[in-house]
Parts: sequence; C-alpha cells; structure tokens
Amino acid sequence: MRRIELLRVALTGLLRNKMRSLLTMLGVIIGVAAVIVMVSISAGTEATIEEQITGLGTNLVFVTASFQRGLPGGGGGEGGGLVYADAYAIADQIVGVQAIVVEQPSSETVKAGDVTLDQTEVLGSTADFPSVRDMQIAEGRYFKQEEVDRKAKVAVLGASIASELFGTNDPIGEVITVGNTKLTVIGVFAERGQVSETDYDARIYTPITVVFQKFTPNQFARLIGDRVRVIYVELKPDANMDDVILQIELLLARRHDVSLDSADFSVTTQQDIINTQESTTAAFRNLLVAGVSLVVGGIGIMNIMLVSVTERTREIGIRQSVGATPGDVRWQFLAEAMLLSLFGGLIGILAGISGAVIFGAASGMRTVVLPTSILLAFLSAAAVGVFFGYYPANKAALLDPIEALRHE
Amino acid sequence: MARPIISTHEIEKVYGMDGFQVRALDGVSLQIEEGEFVAIMGPSGSGKSTLMNIIGCLDRPTHGSYQLDGVEVSELDRTERAHIRNRTIGFVFQSYNLLPRTPALENVMLPLLYNPDHMPLTEREARARAALEAVDLSDRLSHQPQELSGGQQQRVAIARALVNDPVLILADEPTGNLDSRSGEEIMALLDDLHQQGRTIVMVTHDPEIAAHTERTVHMLDGKLERVQQNGVHAGAKGGAG
Repeated sequence: MRRIELLRVALTGLLRNKMRSLLTMLGVIIGVAAVIVMVSISAGTEATIEEQITGLGTNLVFVTASFQRGLPGGGGGEGGGLVYADAYAIADQIVGVQAIVVEQPSSETVKAGDVTLDQTEVLGSTADFPSVRDMQIAEGRYFKQEEVDRKAKVAVLGASIASELFGTNDPIGEVITVGNTKLTVIGVFAERGQVSETDYDARIYTPITVVFQKFTPNQFARLIGDRVRVIYVELKPDANMDDVILQIELLLARRHDVSLDSADFSVTTQQDIINTQESTTAAFRNLLVAGVSLVVGGIGIMNIMLVSVTERTREIGIRQSVGATPGDVRWQFLAEAMLLSLFGGLIGILAGISGAVIFGAASGMRTVVLPTSILLAFLSAAAVGVFFGYYPANKAALLDPIEALRHE
Repeated sequence: MARPIISTHEIEKVYGMDGFQVRALDGVSLQIEEGEFVAIMGPSGSGKSTLMNIIGCLDRPTHGSYQLDGVEVSELDRTERAHIRNRTIGFVFQSYNLLPRTPALENVMLPLLYNPDHMPLTEREARARAALEAVDLSDRLSHQPQELSGGQQQRVAIARALVNDPVLILADEPTGNLDSRSGEEIMALLDDLHQQGRTIVMVTHDPEIAAHTERTVHMLDGKLERVQQNGVHAGAKGGAG
C-alpha cells in the first residue's frame, strides 16, 4: 500500500522535473534505440546471406578437406587428403547420390585478342556443375563428362568476364589463352551474381582435369591422385540425408585409412552452414544488445541519480524528519530509477523501430526488427535501472537526517 | 500530577575523532510535563542543538536514558526512530523546510504518507485541510512554498507539525527568518497551541520570544546552567493529547 503511494510520489517527482527526467532517460532511450537499429541492420544482412546460401541449390552435401596431411609441394598446399578419385568412389558406391561435382580453383592470367585480365579465377569442375550449383547456360553449352575425361581444352565463361573479354561480340568458338594454355569457348553462363564472397560471373569454367594438368600440376599426383578442395554431392529426392552422410564418412575413412574421430575431411550440409553462421552471429548479437544497453543505460541513470540525491539532500532530510524510514527513502529513489528506465526503454523501443524502418528506407539496406532484440534491450534497460539505481537509492536512505536538514 | 512527556536522565553526547573527543552534552537531566511550553536558550556551542536533535529523535545520546511519552527511545534504531518522529513529534524549523514546488496541501499531507497506520487518500486530504484551516490558510491549499510569504510558509510548517496529532511540538528558532510582525503572528499561533494544551519545546536566542514560555532552560558548555520561570501559564492544561 505504502509502496504504491511512494511509487506515485516518485512519479509526481519525475513529472515535476520533466527536463531532468528526460535527460536521465535519454541514455536509456538512445541505448535501446541504437541497439534495435543496429541489430535490425545485422539481421537484415544475415537474412540476405541465408537466402543466398539456400540459393546455392537444394539437397546438397559438401565434402571438404579439413586437415593438412603435410605432404610437400601440393597444388597450392590445399586439399588435405581429399582426392579426385574420392569423388567417383562416392558417385559409384553410395546409394542415394544423384550427381557429384568436384571443384578445384586456380588463378591465371587470361588473354583474348588484345584484352588481358590478370588473376582471374579459373574453376575446374565436372559435367554436373550447372545442375548441381543451379547455374543457367545463356549461350552455347557446358562441357560433358567425356570432355572432362579426355582433358578437352574448352572453357565456359561467366557473364561479366564474357563481356569484359569480348564486349558485345559472340565469344562462342573463340580461343582464349589461360596461363599458357589455349582454350576454346563453348558456352556463356547467364548472370548469377555474387553469393557470399564468390562472384560467379567473374570466373572461367573449365574441365577439372585441365586444371590438374595445366594449372596446378602436382608431382605426387601419380602416387596419391589429384587433390581437390571440395566435392559437392547432390542427393536423390527420396534419399535420407543422415544416411548418405554416414555412408560417405565411412567410405572416405576407409579409403583414407583414418578413423572417423581423426578424419581429414568433413561432411556438412547447407543447414550446417546456415546454423554455424547463425549461432555465432546470434551469440554476438545478444551480447551486443545486452552489453550496450547495460552500459549506456546504467551509467546514465546512476550518474543522474547520484547528482539527484546530492541535489535533493534537503528534501530527503525533510522526509526523514516527518517520519520517512530508510526503507521508504530507498524505495522512493529506486522507484524513480525503475520508472525512468521503464519509460526510457519504451520510448527507446518506439524510436528504435521507427529508426530501423527509416534507415532501411533511406539507405536501401534491408533491416529486420527482431522481437527478441526488443525484449532483450528492454529487459536489460529495466534491470539496469534497478541495479544502477540501487546504489544512489541506498546512499539516500542512509543519509543522516541532521546533516541532510543542514544541507543547503 | 501531569504526566511527563520528556524525561532525560544524565544524557551525554560525545563526538570522537581520532582520540580527540568533544563532549557536546555532559549529563543533562530534564523533565518536561504534558502541556508545558519550554524555551531552551544558550550561546552557540552550548549544546542546545544537540539536545534538540536528541529530543527530536534525530540523534541518539552516547550515554544516559531518554523517555519520550513513557517510551525509552535512546536505544531505538533508525527505522524505529523514524516511526517515533512520525507519530509523536511535530517539527517546526527556522527555515520552514517545506518541499519546494509542492502545494501546501501536499506538504501538510507528507507526515500522513509515512504514518505506519495507513489511511486512505481522502482521509489524509481531509486531515491536512483541517490542519491548514487551523492555521488560517484554507485559501492557500494549492499554493507552492515559493508563492507564499515567510510567515505563511511557517504556518504551513506548523500545520504539517500538527497533522499527525503529536504529543510534542519541537520548534527550532521558529521566528528566526521572519520579520517582527510575522514573528509575532507565529508566536501568537504557538501561544494558542499552548493554551489548547499542546506540549511545546522551542529553541531560541531571543529573550522576548522566550518570554512567551512558562520556563526557560539556559544551557552552557553541554550542561543545564539554570532554569528560569517566566510566569506564563497554560489556560487549559491537558486539553489535548
């Protein structure tokens, strides 16, 4: 009963000092609003990335080399224990596999006519690349498995590199020089755009065997096979993904003569990639939300409350002289701090949501306001009010009434 | 035989700093009975403020006993003393000590807010209104302190002191900040309260003001120097309480 009365006293006091109350709340308002806007921007970016990852194609399993065996002089030192023959073993022996694609990149200088492009990415791959990676041919055709097997000197161009090399001319049938090797252009991809850090349009695609032979020759290849960085496995629509993953793991472990615990490869799904990305960014985001709100709101409130207690020493003395107990005084100041952070938090939420919408519209960036970030920002603001409000409130409660009454 | 309101026995107040001790009160024994109007006088440093603080339960004696209205209060903790101040004592200060930017009515209601016997808002308002009426300020209920004259502010403070119907009024230089006419008005008001049977203890340095009381207690160096009878008597002793 009395606490509710004192809550009203606190509210009346805050309303009587509107300017001071507003300034106190400002820290919380800005803190909460800034956090909501920032999180909405990062969540927007994340949503875009997630869509792109999903856009890589469906029903895919990635087999990546995860362990450097320490073999000397390897092609760029990458690839670990994963070799080209592993891919065909997977295709041949595992039930439920629709198609596989092997990729091995290289970076070369490309010439066509009088145009020269340095450090162009040349991606060696296999025949199923367009269907597995969801790429559309705009002109001509992609190479066939037979051409991969016989190391045919052919190339398919990404959309942007085609126009860089040939402008508006038709590149089909033209010959380009990649490194020291002449390749005949047999097709051009439709525009695909950039996904994560890969620009699909700025690459030249060629049979992986050509890359092994011409661009990343490896003296150990005759002994252990050509190393590859990643093998994409597309599953049949009715295949059980966990089942296939286990089969791949057992097969490769046997081929590499390693146990599953110390495997030199890892098998992941798209969902794994999305999850990893989400869990790390989500943890960071939550930390950011709580941290920024806590610091900004807390320091602001404690600062002004401490000043306020000093400034109102005489008021405290008067209340004590007419019978306010230490508990009454503490509660009154704690109530003020809580009310300030609650109102500040509410205003901050409104400001944050409108800020996110306005920023998204003005900058063209995608912003997603997450309910959890609102809740978290608000709760930490409230918690801060209590936590940082307690010290000044306690200080007020323990003032000596005689000293307080003497205070000017 | 009237009942004693204040009864101190050999109270001492010692302030100590690093082995250096100041004896602000050095064995003060004082009895004040119901309905009395007593002045405490003395030069600064004589201990009269310390005595007032202890009588008002704002402070505790280092040694000795103090019974207020039959209750031993010298050993009470802060919260218990706050309750005593709230129910048993009404303070009137030299500088009024009203809450700024707060209407007179709310200022007078303040002690009722902290009364442990919680009463509803309407009753608190009614009692504060009645107290302000008793000091002739019914037309100033919603005025804030800065809109009132010094004399009016002191009357609001007296209304606040009366609102919980305390057994003791403590006035600390109540006319110290006022011009002589307002001072006389306040003294007339205190005389009235005395006539109604209120027990009032007042600190002053002005002998003319002290002459309004029944007796004057003179203090010097932390001790009672002498007690002087002023020949004033309450008309209706024990009429309130």
